Amino acid sequence: MEETRREKRYGHTIFRDWCKQCGICVAFCPKKVFDRDPKGAPIVARPQDCIGCRFCELHCPDFAISITEKDQRN
Amino acid sequence: MKKPITKLIHEYLRHDKKFPHVWCPGCGNGIVLGGLIRAIDAVGLSKDQVVLVSGIGCSGRMSVYVDFNTLHTTHGRALTFATGIKLVKPELTVVVVMGDGDALSIGGNHLIHAARRNVDINAIIVNNQIYGMTGGQFSSTTPYGAYATTSPYGNIEHAFPISELAVVAGASFVARATVYHAQLLEGMIEAALKKRGFSLVEVISTCPVQYGRRNKLADPVAMMTYLKENSVKKEKADTMDPKEIKDKFVIGILADVEKPVYMEDYLQVKEKSKS
Repeated sequence: MEETRREKRYGHTIFRDWCKQCGICVAFCPKKVFDRDPKGAPIVARPQDCIGCRFCELHCPDFAISITEKDQRN
Repeated sequence: MKKPITKLIHEYLRHDKKFPHVWCPGCGNGIVLGGLIRAIDAVGLSKDQVVLVSGIGCSGRMSVYVDFNTLHTTHGRALTFATGIKLVKPELTVVVVMGDGDALSIGGNHLIHAARRNVDINAIIVNNQIYGMTGGQFSSTTPYGAYATTSPYGNIEHAFPISELAVVAGASFVARATVYHAQLLEGMIEAALKKRGFSLVEVISTCPVQYGRRNKLADPVAMMTYLKENSVKKEKADTMDPKEIKDKFVIGILADVEKPVYMEDYLQVKEKSKS
């Protein structure tokens, strides 16, 4: 049977100039959406796994990450 | 659709200041500032209705970055400046951000007397348990046995329980949160802003560079995990043995009482003296 629940997709914007590579978003993401690049900054590796809890956005000390809900109709 | 978080915070920042901000990677100050901005937005106050007063220390930089009415004051005296502002302009919402050194060591007396008078001020104390800016000396809130530049064999002094002190000094509203519990922190600040009288929110913050590095918590993630694991909600703590919660951070609302507010009584005295 086809999944009837409308799945949400989320967009991730990382402001690289503001990020200080503390690693909080990468470590505490419940779905492990991010990987770390060689410098330690987050890379959005598995955006489809994001559940939109916004833990990263709430806990980013540098205001360097933004989560947006994507419109499914597109 | 959920409200945007970072976008909202960016609306309140002074973008002509130098960003990224000065705080070290993983510093809790940014999280506290974010929580404060979201709480002010949730209460529905405009930028011009808020005065943000700060003292000296890492947390003192907060007043520089946000687009409220701001005042960056001398060391330990943030509460006295704030009292002055509230007396002259009682219609403004006065928020004071202090560090543990600012509020407890240098300005310790101002804190207890502001709480005793019950002046309508919202104090936020960012407690990172160390003197971060000056090089990691132990402060009056450094836990017993913790290592610092000036206590290489472990701290032999006992820490000040900030919130408990404010409760007995007579504050109307006292709450404690950590930077790991960012949503709780936002709620506590919001409740403090709505409360009449002296309200104090103590935020247990992270300092991976000065505190963490000497106490096996050098990684910001390790410090956040430490806060997560060592916090107990007030409701749960009430049912626990006091010995169990000795080294834990009890988070939540610790006091919420109704009592006469200094400003209102002061205005009455003013009226009486005229007649």
